[in-house]
Amino acid sequence: MRFLSFLISGLSLGSIYAIIALGYTMVYGIAKMLNFAHGDVIMVGSYICFFAMMRYNLPPVVGVLLAMVVCTVLGMVIERTAYKPLRQAPSLAVLITAIGVSYFLQNAALLLWSSSPKVFPSIIGNGKIQLGELTISHVTLLTVAICLVIMFALTWFTGNTKMGKAMRACSEDKGAAQLMGIDVNGTISMTFAIGSGLAAIAGVLLCSAYPTLVPTTGSMPGIKAFTAAVFGGIGSIPGAFLGGLLLGVIETFAKAYISTQLSDAVVFSVLIIVLLVRPAGLLGKVINEKV
Amino acid sequence: MYKKDGSNLVPVPSNAVIPERDINDMPALECKNLGITFGGLHAVENFNLTIGRTEIAGLIGPNGAGKTTVFNLLTNVYQPTTGTILLNGMDTHGMSTAQVSKAGIGRTFQNIRLFNNLTVEENIMVAMDNSMKYGLFDGLIRLPSFFREEKKAHQRALDLLHIFDMENVASHRAGSLPYGAQRRVEIVRALATDPKVLLLDEPAAGMNPSETADLMANIRKIRDTFQIAVVLIEHDMNLVMNVCEGLCVLNFGRIIAKGSPAEIQKNPTVIEAYLGKSHTNEGESQAAVDAAAEEKSEGSAPENTKETRKGGKKK
Amino acid sequence: MKRKNTNKYVSFALVIAAYAIMMVLISTGKITRSMQGMLVPISAYIVMAISLNLTVGILGELSLGHAGFMSMGAFTGTCAALMMLESVPNTGLRLGISMVIGAIFGGIAGFLIGIPVLRLKGDYLAIVTLAFGEIIKSIFNNLYLGFDKYGLHFQLLSEKGIKLEEGGRMLIQGAMGISKIKKISTFTAGFILIILTLFIVYHLVESRYGRAIMAIRDNRIAAESVGVDVTKYKMTAFVISAAMAGAAGALFAQNYSTITANKFDFNTSILILVLVVLGGLGNITGSIISATLLTILPEALRSFATYRMLVYAIVLIVVMLATNASSTKIMIDRLKARLGGNKEEEER
Repeated sequence: MRFLSFLISGLSLGSIYAIIALGYTMVYGIAKMLNFAHGDVIMVGSYICFFAMMRYNLPPVVGVLLAMVVCTVLGMVIERTAYKPLRQAPSLAVLITAIGVSYFLQNAALLLWSSSPKVFPSIIGNGKIQLGELTISHVTLLTVAICLVIMFALTWFTGNTKMGKAMRACSEDKGAAQLMGIDVNGTISMTFAIGSGLAAIAGVLLCSAYPTLVPTTGSMPGIKAFTAAVFGGIGSIPGAFLGGLLLGVIETFAKAYISTQLSDAVVFSVLIIVLLVRPAGLLGKVINEKV
Repeated sequence: MYKKDGSNLVPVPSNAVIPERDINDMPALECKNLGITFGGLHAVENFNLTIGRTEIAGLIGPNGAGKTTVFNLLTNVYQPTTGTILLNGMDTHGMSTAQVSKAGIGRTFQNIRLFNNLTVEENIMVAMDNSMKYGLFDGLIRLPSFFREEKKAHQRALDLLHIFDMENVASHRAGSLPYGAQRRVEIVRALATDPKVLLLDEPAAGMNPSETADLMANIRKIRDTFQIAVVLIEHDMNLVMNVCEGLCVLNFGRIIAKGSPAEIQKNPTVIEAYLGKSHTNEGESQAAVDAAAEEKSEGSAPENTKETRKGGKKK
Repeated sequence: MKRKNTNKYVSFALVIAAYAIMMVLISTGKITRSMQGMLVPISAYIVMAISLNLTVGILGELSLGHAGFMSMGAFTGTCAALMMLESVPNTGLRLGISMVIGAIFGGIAGFLIGIPVLRLKGDYLAIVTLAFGEIIKSIFNNLYLGFDKYGLHFQLLSEKGIKLEEGGRMLIQGAMGISKIKKISTFTAGFILIILTLFIVYHLVESRYGRAIMAIRDNRIAAESVGVDVTKYKMTAFVISAAMAGAAGALFAQNYSTITANKFDFNTSILILVLVVLGGLGNITGSIISATLLTILPEALRSFATYRMLVYAIVLIVVMLATNASSTKIMIDRLKARLGGNKEEEER
């Protein structure tokens, strides 16, 4: 029974990682860059939702929607101002710029909202379901459910819509996509928008589960989710889900059965071992350079 | 044309031919039943070839026939699915690419692969790495062995560059050289590893006719000076027919013909592979091959379009 | 070839001149306390930047966990120094030994992490170095190490099981790190370490090892095809880089009375990477300059108080955009063309 309840809370945490990991993996797939500012977009989303609910007494749904809109716009603005001019630049330059954006968001949040922790309100109350000896909170259920919905929606989107196909085409070969009449810049912008919108949802879910909100809230989950994306095979959407869920479960089990303090060490050790066995992640494809 | 060297091609076991002068030596390279499969596709199949110790051999065939794959198999970039490779009688199975290089295969690449940010001289010195005798520590604290070995390598790099009269670009950044020069540097770099077999992947690609003529002379010069075997993949038929003593024609991953250039020019299977089926008349097809050789010698850049055009004749 | 050599002499001249000027300023008392306190961290960061440049700029592999090696060196070196309090009374010698020990342990960590790292490519490699940095942090945060006449006693998670004999002391106390460190690091020691690092890196680059390492960076397949043992050379570069970071860690730690594992987290790794990229990949002189400027910058921005980190972030973004965006690149190229043959100076 203990095992099952750890598994469920692991899946819930993993769902949050998976949603964040999606943002990393989609952007990586299409722009071939590690968007280190992604974790901080999560933090911004959480703050927006927090203020919408606490200061303006808006209903949680409106708060979440507002957070999504703000994050979507923020993601697109970041892409346009900081990343787009660097499309031809070496990848390290883009990486450092992303880190700069990350610092910027964190410190702007620090100035705007101070470093004192905010206690995030629960968005759906503290309800619980009792299944025999097993207790599952509503938040846990909601998190897993939202994650599943997003997974199916995204899989459908990339597989069946024109924009989704354009995204896949751009991630294969931008030049060829452009020649086929695809608006590459627009597609990249769209990818950032979707990723950032998802980040807002992830932020709200994260803060519902771990209610302390500070300007650095997004960093560690960001790094973990990035790890999850690599774990599953970066650039692959199913990989991000699988990686996120596994990472959440491993982390929870490590906390439960090994040690809370050493859980990070365990998670990262597992990552290293997985990459040793599968150098491109669980679902990633090893691309051999043509000789 | 192979008769110019006073050597005839003679049959050897495993259904191959090598120049007569090499018959008493161990073959430089022997492939037996070599093959590789990529996800069900037989990229190269049943590849048998013997290269004499000082032979200049050519590997030709239409685009996508598997020529470069053969080179990748020979250098263990790909591990073969079947068959063995004997380099000077030694089985190279299971070796890494670096070990194969040490064992005596030097190569160039179809898409030039130089160390672009290093100078030409440094490019060549990298290839001498295994013959330089000083350790990490000797280099860090600059023991006399460091200076001695570096000086030796520097001199040898200049000597090798002299083959192509390129000493003057020794200190240029390799990436800044013009295309033809980069190809030549690649050859010199491959030679610097002291190979027994030199594999050249389209050495004349992108060269103008006078550069190609120089290259032909230099390939012979390299063989004569170093007494090594040279295998080249080339689309420039003029070069192939002039320089190579033995030819091996590949199509769809299989060898369709082997022999001297003169024999290959007359071989109906080869003509079919290059020109399509309708040419049944002997005389006509011979003329066609000659025409093709002429046409191709003009340069291989428009190769693709020509190939398509010829393909169109099939029906 | 020629450019590299001039760059090398510029590096040495720069460091020696800076050291001489600082020593004069210190002896005449014309330097603020806070500035004087920054000299050792600056030295340590310069060494960190040079050593990471070896991995990122010269070997061409992105590392996001360089602070892990620094941490390794800081903890092992400092512990060693504390254990030698009585046996080696001379502080200079003790610092020297502790830096050597830091370097050895940094190198060992580099070797261990090198085994998985060298099998991977690109971003996968980067994530493993990141993971490694986090693992090191996590372990040191939960490590309890004590020392008495019977030797070392260690335990993970809590210090309960560690019973020390009379005269023994705790060295590492989990998340509290090492406290009551003897502050024995000096600017002169930092200066010597920088000179030594420069010596090693330049001599490495100009030897057959450095050539092979750069060849792997430029074209791995071609390097293999000419017989370069890629694993061996990558490992060499990686271990040397880690060892130098270890030495820098030992120097850095003993500038403070307390040191914790959280000081060497992901953000520190990133900070060092920023130093390397801003200084220019493969450009050692650039690393020295950027490490100096960027360590001073937050201090210099003190007058902005609350806004300083925000300004720092903006400066970072603007600099990256200005030096790398295609539109500004064209402008810079034009400027260079107008200035004529001064390209060498510009690049520095």
